[in-house]
Amino acid sequence: MTNTPSPLSPPLANSLRSGPDDRGRFGIFGGRFVAETLMPLLLELDEAYRAAQADPEFRKELDYYLKDYVGRPSPLWFAQHLTEELGGAKVYFKREELNHTGSHKLNNVMGQILVARRMGKTRIVAETGAGQHGVATATVCALFGLKCTIYMGATDVERQKPNVFRMHLLGAEVKPVTAGAGTLKDAMNEAMRDWVANVADTYFLVGTVAGPHPYPEMVRDFQSVIGVEVKEQITQAEGRLPDVIVAAIGGGSNAMGIFHPFLDDASVRLIGVEAAGRGLDSGKTAASISRGRPGVLHGNRTYLLQDKHGQIEEAHSISAGLDYPGIGPEHSWLNDIGRAEYVGVTDEEALEAFQVCTRTEGIIPALECAHGLAHVMKIAPTMAKDQIIVLNVSGRGDKDIFTVAHHLGVKL
Amino acid sequence: MSRIQTRFAALKKEGRGALIPYLQACDPDYDTSLELLRAMPAAGADLIEIGVPFSDPSADGPTIQAAALRGLKAGATLGRVLEMVRAFRETDNETPIVLMGYLNPIDSYGPAEFCFDAAQAGVDGIIVVDMPTEEADLLDAHAREADLDIISLVAPTTSNSRLFHVLREASGFVYYVSITGITGTNSASAADLEKALPRIREATSLPVAIGFGISTPEQARTASRIGDAAVVASALIKTMASTLENGQATERTVPAVLKQLEGLAAAVRA
Repeated sequence: MTNTPSPLSPPLANSLRSGPDDRGRFGIFGGRFVAETLMPLLLELDEAYRAAQADPEFRKELDYYLKDYVGRPSPLWFAQHLTEELGGAKVYFKREELNHTGSHKLNNVMGQILVARRMGKTRIVAETGAGQHGVATATVCALFGLKCTIYMGATDVERQKPNVFRMHLLGAEVKPVTAGAGTLKDAMNEAMRDWVANVADTYFLVGTVAGPHPYPEMVRDFQSVIGVEVKEQITQAEGRLPDVIVAAIGGGSNAMGIFHPFLDDASVRLIGVEAAGRGLDSGKTAASISRGRPGVLHGNRTYLLQDKHGQIEEAHSISAGLDYPGIGPEHSWLNDIGRAEYVGVTDEEALEAFQVCTRTEGIIPALECAHGLAHVMKIAPTMAKDQIIVLNVSGRGDKDIFTVAHHLGVKL
Repeated sequence: MSRIQTRFAALKKEGRGALIPYLQACDPDYDTSLELLRAMPAAGADLIEIGVPFSDPSADGPTIQAAALRGLKAGATLGRVLEMVRAFRETDNETPIVLMGYLNPIDSYGPAEFCFDAAQAGVDGIIVVDMPTEEADLLDAHAREADLDIISLVAPTTSNSRLFHVLREASGFVYYVSITGITGTNSASAADLEKALPRIREATSLPVAIGFGISTPEQARTASRIGDAAVVASALIKTMASTLENGQATERTVPAVLKQLEGLAAAVRA
């Protein structure tokens, strides 16, 4: 598929790509903050993942599924009409929404399910927000004949009905979680409770670059195929690397996937777009880096939305996929060392970008990536016409049409 | 000798195991939980575990989740929990108190300050559910300096070789999470416990408390005999929750929990 270095190969010395350390840390972030019951499983997973990395057969098997099942490589699309409308930098879309199941999620899920099979696990549990990760997980469980239980916040079940139905069709059991605000954070808690109660046969298939080590590293590695392809594709199209890469961030897997292969290319600005919800200072936001501080939740140390006593606060975003009070630990580190920038985009701005994208490019983006696009719409006009922005269009927006219709006052 | 050592040594002379009831701080309000805490020793508590409410208790079942929410609603903070322990120590300077909770509130308070303040308040040990041995250096030195025991958790999934690793520098007592699961759900059988305990005792000479899934007097007696202590949490909280009206304490609340505690204590002492 590609001649560029495999994202699973050992990283170079003196590189920003060499993390995490042997304690699973990126600077002060990351780690393995889990109950003792789970600790032996994480050590076992770590071992299994190292063995898979070192096994050429694993790489071969993964490449096969990525090409013929997921549909990789995904195209890099020059968004000409949008570029003209914005009147500045050239905007390219990395078309992750064209993957099987309609988002970047399957890249990671495909990798982890092969690891789970190597470990002899027969049952999969996963958490999901927008349902994209749940659908991807249910899909591979159908493919490999594994039992599948998906935890999804009750609020998200309500606003992402099409994905819930998809998961049912795929044979997964979807368990609505009513604790808390009934969103991704609560689904994550419940998935961890299931895992701890069923450790013998169950594999916890984490959907983002968060959680205890080695999940952030492993998910990043599997998602890095996005950035590896972009590097090759943009070089072919433009003969050089982009000036800016933009991606939306909930937990941060699509952003980490496109950022990571570029971490050592200092000329490439990396911008992560958090969901500001109703505004960064509205108290109704999901912008963990912009408005949170470091703490420990769901197995890792990272930026968290929390009160002064260390109680976790509810996140808010129009996008179920971004509605999470934390962020992957490697993003927290990239923020603190200044290698990546993190900005906020509001619900309103995302809705506007959603419509612009649909109108100018004929692409209905997920509300998640509409946040990324909204930031592109802010910066592209300020840039020169020979400069290049790549936006990760991480998912398609069919699942969001009900939410968007509701906000536009349209009854479906 | 610490309060924990003194208590286990005394019980050993008596020839019985300990009963460790659990309550969630500020559940359903500060005054009720303090009243309950103060009355627990007379009702048969040998040590007491106080749960520190956390917004995301990912190792707890529905009963303790609900208790944590009630506690938070009633204004529980780590500082308030220490205040409660200080108040308890005004009338009881012997019953060991162990705090059980999650790392983030401690992290937010400041690990060094917390260990110092907790010891000052009269806390004897802390159990941090999401802080395995691999991450314990965050608190270890501060706890040692403050003479606070960090109670190590071990589980059915902890291998024999890992037991030695986890318990190498353990102090106070060891907490055996007797099931792979969350609090207040399944129970381990006596046979499971008979098999597990020798494994743990190979790796430590500290007393072993058994918790998770112990609800009846019979189970408490079995656990306190096979191990050195039985922890009862969700069963007591369930009783308390059943006495609440609109989430508020009633005059039945404290007596109902104490009555159940007396039943458990009688079984452990029989």
